[in-house]
Amino acid sequence: MSTRSLLLSLALTAVFGAGTALAETPGLGKNITEDDIKPWNLDVLPDGTNLPPGSGTPAQGAPIYAQKCAVCHGEKGEKPAPGYGALVSPPKFDKIDAFKSVSYYEFATTLFDVIRRSMPYTTPRTLNDNEVYALSAYVLSLNKIIGENDVMDAQSLPKVKMPNAGKFIVRFPDRI
Amino acid sequence: MTERRSRSHVPDVAGNGLLDRRALLGRGIMFAGATAAGAGASLTSAAAEPLKDDPWSLTMGAITPPRQEPSRFEKNVVRTLSNPNHEFRNSHARTPHHLLQGTVTPAALHFSINHSGLPDIDPEKHRLVIHGLVRQPKIYSLEDLSRYPMVTRMGFLECGGNSAPMFSSEPFQGTAQALHGLVSNSEWTGVLLSTLFEEVGLDPKAKWFLAEGADSLALHRSVPVKKGLDDAMIALYQNGERLMPGNGYPMRLLLPGYQGNMNIKFVRRIKLLDQPAMSFYEAKTYSQITPGERFWKFHFLQEVKSFITHPSAGHSLKGPGFYEISGVAYSGTGRITRVMVSADGGKSWGQAALQGPVYPQAFVRFRMPWRWDGQPVVLQSRAWDEAGNVQPTRAEFVAARGQTERPVASPLAFPNQHYNSITSWGIDSKGEIKHVYA
Repeated sequence: MSTRSLLLSLALTAVFGAGTALAETPGLGKNITEDDIKPWNLDVLPDGTNLPPGSGTPAQGAPIYAQKCAVCHGEKGEKPAPGYGALVSPPKFDKIDAFKSVSYYEFATTLFDVIRRSMPYTTPRTLNDNEVYALSAYVLSLNKIIGENDVMDAQSLPKVKMPNAGKFIVRFPDRI
Repeated sequence: MTERRSRSHVPDVAGNGLLDRRALLGRGIMFAGATAAGAGASLTSAAAEPLKDDPWSLTMGAITPPRQEPSRFEKNVVRTLSNPNHEFRNSHARTPHHLLQGTVTPAALHFSINHSGLPDIDPEKHRLVIHGLVRQPKIYSLEDLSRYPMVTRMGFLECGGNSAPMFSSEPFQGTAQALHGLVSNSEWTGVLLSTLFEEVGLDPKAKWFLAEGADSLALHRSVPVKKGLDDAMIALYQNGERLMPGNGYPMRLLLPGYQGNMNIKFVRRIKLLDQPAMSFYEAKTYSQITPGERFWKFHFLQEVKSFITHPSAGHSLKGPGFYEISGVAYSGTGRITRVMVSADGGKSWGQAALQGPVYPQAFVRFRMPWRWDGQPVVLQSRAWDEAGNVQPTRAEFVAARGQTERPVASPLAFPNQHYNSITSWGIDSKGEIKHVYA
């Protein structure tokens, strides 16, 4: 290496040496607070993290279901309109193409989450949290996963024992 | 065999007329074959119509448009739709692989699955928020991200339910489009997610992130942070232009080699978590029932696969003679290293030529010269990747994953997910092609 290229190399190390430790990024994103994100921050985690206040029972959920859900998912979740999924089925999955209704889920929080973020299909995110708890309770009770008088709230919902809990295998654990 | 060799001047490498792939180089051994064919052709040219100027050669042509469309003679090269009347449910549009060549799927023909229609997103109002287990939550506009350093890469995207009709106990009759139309391949350009993670600063407790779209379902999936730091991208461009609406305009998550549904379209929010969210799609649709009531979750990878597109169902062979067999191969675990082709239902195999350059987690086109003698044959392809994974035979696949008890009647049935076994095309003596199991 010539003296000149050695000097250049040393100079570059001086300039970029520190830079590689603190990678240069454009930094164009604006700071935002968790408070600002609340309208989008709807996800509920399996341990109950982010479940909102409120509660509901199967009896409270039944009339809401009849009014807003039955048109697609069928009366009592059993006979859906053509092309739509039933919500109720026995927890029997001994065929590779068995139909997966709510009884398939590993956690009851999945049901609450999908109702709150995605339903009703044509008017999503119009249900209040009590209604979402009540609908979750109603659908769980139709599947005989909870009792007819059980109350669903931020404490009870994550504790619901789903029939398939513990039967799931992580397909590629080394990628987590 | 001897007779075939003397006619083509190219040695057979496997049964039923598969020729040495080096014949495709256009030199040496193929030259001899071409000369022979040329001499033969000149003897029969008396049957051809005399050359003349057609009307389009005698007048000025049409106006040159600002955005060009394919020729009107190519109107059949379209995606097939599962919900053409736009009912209140999901819709699938499948890529016509049997009508395409090369490796890049034209953006207009890229497969698209939409669970609640196509949102009409104003790119100036769209925002991407990154929050959760981070030092400083941030919000980005498309204009912000468009100023970031970008990377360009080839990448296939495949629905976890692609090829699902092949779980059927009897071969589902359909084209490569019906069987395998939920995979496509593009050149993607965007900002590495690791760059944005650097800016928000990840809490060491962050092991997962959820990505959520701006569609009406706010569809979301959980992804390991490991993948986010490895090669995940916020893609802004597809084949050089902004993303198509059906592919996530104005921005989508791209997770090279991972299940299509995880590559969240219209991405508006990324939240760093210490656990997976167990969203609807990961808890139900993309969790697989395997024999013995064992359920898989987090089947991230689209595993090594190949299928022959030419010739395939929907084509017919016009008599014995030379054909090129070709198709696509790809793997979620790296570059394709080898594709073998069989014309006798897997009894003997010849190595296909791979059309380079071969990119990781992307389509490669394989090609195999073939001289058909007019007898019934079964064409198959089988791929290997650089991680040492090999595409399973159907017998191996069914032994591990099972099949339906009754034949699958519709490509919309999706009896299960993540099928990657060998596709077999049976060709009868008339040149008609059917999907078969062999």
